[in-house]
Amino acid sequence: MRRQVLPGFGLSFGYALTYLGLIVLLPLAALAWKATGIGFHGLIQLLSGPRTLAALRLSLFGALLAASINAVVGLLIGWVLVRYRFPGRRLFDALVDLPFALPTAVAGIALTTLYAPNGWLGRWLEPLGIKVAYTPIGVLVAMVFVGFPFVVRTLQPVLASLERDVEEAAESLGARRHQTFFRVILPMLAPTLLTGFALALARAVGEYGSVIFIAGNIPMHSEIAPLLIVQKLEQFDTAGAAALGVALLLLSFLLLVVIALLQRWSNRWAERAA
Amino acid sequence: MNKLVPCLVALAGTLLAASVAAKDVTLLNVSYDPTRELYRDINNAFAAQWKAQHGDSVTIQMSHGGSGKQARSVVDGLPADVVTLALAYDIDAVSDRGLIARNWQTRLPDNASPYTSAIVFLVRKGNPKGIKDWADLVRPGVQVVTPNPKSSGGARWNFLAAWGYALKQPGGNEAKARAYVQELYKHVPVLDTGARGATNTFAQRGIGDVLIAWENEALLAQRQLGKDKFEVVVPSVTILAEPPVSVVDANADKHGTRAVADAYVQFLYTPQGQEIAAKNYYRPRLQDVAARYASQFPATHTFTIGEVFGDWRQAQAKFFAEGAIFDQLGAGR
Repeated sequence: MRRQVLPGFGLSFGYALTYLGLIVLLPLAALAWKATGIGFHGLIQLLSGPRTLAALRLSLFGALLAASINAVVGLLIGWVLVRYRFPGRRLFDALVDLPFALPTAVAGIALTTLYAPNGWLGRWLEPLGIKVAYTPIGVLVAMVFVGFPFVVRTLQPVLASLERDVEEAAESLGARRHQTFFRVILPMLAPTLLTGFALALARAVGEYGSVIFIAGNIPMHSEIAPLLIVQKLEQFDTAGAAALGVALLLLSFLLLVVIALLQRWSNRWAERAA
Repeated sequence: MNKLVPCLVALAGTLLAASVAAKDVTLLNVSYDPTRELYRDINNAFAAQWKAQHGDSVTIQMSHGGSGKQARSVVDGLPADVVTLALAYDIDAVSDRGLIARNWQTRLPDNASPYTSAIVFLVRKGNPKGIKDWADLVRPGVQVVTPNPKSSGGARWNFLAAWGYALKQPGGNEAKARAYVQELYKHVPVLDTGARGATNTFAQRGIGDVLIAWENEALLAQRQLGKDKFEVVVPSVTILAEPPVSVVDANADKHGTRAVADAYVQFLYTPQGQEIAAKNYYRPRLQDVAARYASQFPATHTFTIGEVFGDWRQAQAKFFAEGAIFDQLGAGR
């Protein structure tokens, strides 16, 4: 093995492995073990139920949509925060972390208070026929809220290291603004943007606390998959809850693998563009 | 410094001696959400009585949460000496794990439920939609708020109350009950996970025309949120909610708290305990206490789980298990 700058590879590797095993792998193994309690047939029956399917669909597609919105808006906000100097920028920057710091239940109640038909925003949206609280749109709003900081925070350092010269060079070579953005800047940002997207997605898929207050929780309509898990626990159906948890985990994992592949592809794209 | 050490030793010795002379007993009562106020009063009264009779001071610690979640915690090792939950099914679950004797529900009088409640309606002031009985809940344009029976023990009582009402109408049968309950849940715009959440949705967010609630919750909400805002409507027939209590045998024996724990649950049946329950809006079992609070608890026809559904295990399997009637009803939406 090549000599490393830092000594003690064996010790640090062993520590990393033990830590990862205890903190991540052990609970997951326990989850998977519990899930075997319902058997293969039970699992198929559970996952093919229309209510389970509807909840999984809402959780996954809601999270995908929320992460997409966060990717676009997060890029914009990250850009504004890095590139422009304006009064109150630091305060604005600190506000980005708020969804991290706020207990999710508080966030959920705050959002519901805003968007309920008698809330500050809800009362203006209601006459327009737009219902946010207690609909799938409410679920989306909560998912956007909790996932928002991920994209901004992952992009910021990369945006800061982005050389202005590159844009100037593109311009001097006759590139139009949209060409500079799509062919020069975006390829360089894409891998990081995907990381932020993946983090926001993973957070939204599993989000329970904030969503539950604003969702309305109507079966087949606005019921998220984590709620089904909680309901199974309330019914003392640990195995079913664990099985659903594993299913949700596998789906998220699959999505993250796809994102990782996209990232590899975009890395090559970035190298070509550079 | 040299003087300090003997002082401390003496102090420690005194404390030790004191704690041996008058035993300090600690009980953990694991209960469900809306009993906070009730048990605060009960615990004070019981501690005073125990001190007077035995000279020992009892400290009763409380844990509150959703009934099902609380039962799960006890199963998973929360060292409860006493459980006071929302429905017998949750205590059955603890009993199934061998922590409570099988016959727990017959060890105490009245199905081990020292106080009861009824399922009633909370409506907005002036009752603008004219809601008087269950049939009014399924009129066009009426919105009903009730939590999800899959996640809330309290909401299971609501569901069974509606089912029992439909069953008890002239010509009522299973099919009609099913149709009524299915229609009822079509009028529910928000299914909260728990009873307090549903109360908030109705009272704070202004959703819905009727909240189906336990009478004690409805009266408490009315007192806390303003009598000028809400009215309680007692339907013609409803279920008698019987929240049960039990000593957790395995834990009480292990902690050596059996005698106190037994006395504690029996205290709930005494005139003093019944009075406290009535003050906290639970219907007392004792007739003379009930008579004094008659104006607070309007008379209505009630039925029990036992009379209509057999017991909680049967009701659970028939209505709320995976793929059972509640799931079948929801599929239409």
